[in-house]
Amino acid sequence: MEKETNFLYLENVYKSYGPKTVLDDIDLAVSEREFCTVVGPSGCGKSTLLRLVLGQEFPTSGTIRMQGEPLGFTDTRRGIVYQRYSLFPHLNVLENVMLGKVMEMGFFRPRSKMKAAREEAMEFLSRCRLGEHTRKYPHELSGGMRQRVAIAQALIVRPRVLLMDEPFGALDPGTRESMQLFILEQWEKSAMTVFFVTHDLEEAVFLGTRIIVLSQYYIDGREEGGARGARIVADYKLGDVATSTKVKASADFGGLIEKIRHEGFSPDYRQHVTEFNLTHPDSFQTLEETERKKG
Amino acid sequence: MNDRPKIPRFLGLAAKPAGPWRAVLIAIPFVLCLGLYIAASQARHAENPRDKILPTFTQMGEAVNRMAFQEDARTGKYLMLADTVSSLRRLLLGIVLAAVLGLVIGIHMGLFPGIEALSSAFVTVVSIIPPLAILPILFITFGVDEVAKVVLIFIGTFPLICRDTYLYTKNIPREQITKALTLGAGPFRTTYSVIMPQVIPRLLDTTRLSFGAGWLFLIASEAIASTDGLGYRIFLVRRYLAMDIIIPYVFLITLLGYLIDLALKKTVSWKYSWYREQNG
Repeated sequence: MEKETNFLYLENVYKSYGPKTVLDDIDLAVSEREFCTVVGPSGCGKSTLLRLVLGQEFPTSGTIRMQGEPLGFTDTRRGIVYQRYSLFPHLNVLENVMLGKVMEMGFFRPRSKMKAAREEAMEFLSRCRLGEHTRKYPHELSGGMRQRVAIAQALIVRPRVLLMDEPFGALDPGTRESMQLFILEQWEKSAMTVFFVTHDLEEAVFLGTRIIVLSQYYIDGREEGGARGARIVADYKLGDVATSTKVKASADFGGLIEKIRHEGFSPDYRQHVTEFNLTHPDSFQTLEETERKKG
Repeated sequence: MNDRPKIPRFLGLAAKPAGPWRAVLIAIPFVLCLGLYIAASQARHAENPRDKILPTFTQMGEAVNRMAFQEDARTGKYLMLADTVSSLRRLLLGIVLAAVLGLVIGIHMGLFPGIEALSSAFVTVVSIIPPLAILPILFITFGVDEVAKVVLIFIGTFPLICRDTYLYTKNIPREQITKALTLGAGPFRTTYSVIMPQVIPRLLDTTRLSFGAGWLFLIASEAIASTDGLGYRIFLVRRYLAMDIIIPYVFLITLLGYLIDLALKKTVSWKYSWYREQNG
């Protein structure tokens, strides 16, 4: 079980803010090129987990490794797309997308490199079907267009992992669906690993090759009334590539969603830690004896 | 059949003063003031032809002619021009210094928690000290020449500009900074390439609004200890009750203030149009 050499590896990760434990003993191994969706009830700590992988915050205890090396502060190995405040308001679309390339150049910007950067940015923009809007400013774009620019901006520096924090949450349903197909397209072309946090179960099951359910509704052997942070209560392998949105209407699809909703989102239904459905081949658990006890 | 109610031209919440009528409304207070002045001036002159308190327009015209277009007998300079140049030089030097330092320090305070911890309380305390109260200290330290006046204007305008920049920078969503880091920016590039361009239009707006205080400190320091300048001249000729010089000088100061305000407003609209769209 050489899990440490997996692409992304988290073991015994705890995150507390003062007395409150948000993430409780997270064990997660992710292979490359996985499209990992993360779901869970509101406030369970999905965004916290994202911030840990991003390097914006550090675990209270436990290890996080990428390709065997400990993760440091935020850098270009991890890209991020937020729900809002995605773009820099003082730059137009082309300048926003070029920014990653400009940062590579250092203080002096040779003309030849700027030209190459501009061309590369234009290529990404036409790939995202934004070739006509390069001179516009973010405030002149619609929500869907802004998110597409934000994705192009993140992709141009070729991050190993793309982190997305409910990126389509503020969009209307029609735009959201076209953005889902769009991100799948970009993921296939760029061969990167994606970590996608969302509220929308349908979206998570549709997009992912793997779905992780984070929840604070569980029981374990530790004393009653003790603070419990969120754990991974379920971990499923999903079909490899979603071909069209018609799959959303199938019975299997709906059945899986119901199952996840029951396992992770119902405060009344609490499984014991030893009974979690961690069926993905990469999933693993490290449990203490106290946690294993059944009450 | 017309069911629409009559839209009022002036009174009420739904009024729409538009077109040439709007220009008339705008002009009314000015015309009224002018009319009152002329009436009062004529009344005083009817009683006492040598009245100096409310000079007629002819008298003021003669005074302007003397100050602006005739060389002063003693110094050989055109006084109005010399005064304007001296005053503007002091004012602009003081405020530009306040703006540049306010920008740099404010941005660093807003971005780097260490610098914030170091300077935030201090800048707050400095901003509470009334600048005119320390003017004597400045005169003692720097003498009664140019430096003390520029320093006064600087101390009077810097704290507000600095704190405003600091708070505005702090309010820039943290997501932008994280995003910049994922794109390969270090702390230097983030500060100067990503954050500063966003803060500059705000700086220009705040500086524009600080000019009011700037003029105040300029005129106060010139009134107390100076050999030339717009404020100096006004307070000097006060002793001779020369309202025919004072009133035109006040108009000149108002005009200069208005032009500077307009110039800064237009700069932001023209060069930073995205800022107006975003912040209005």
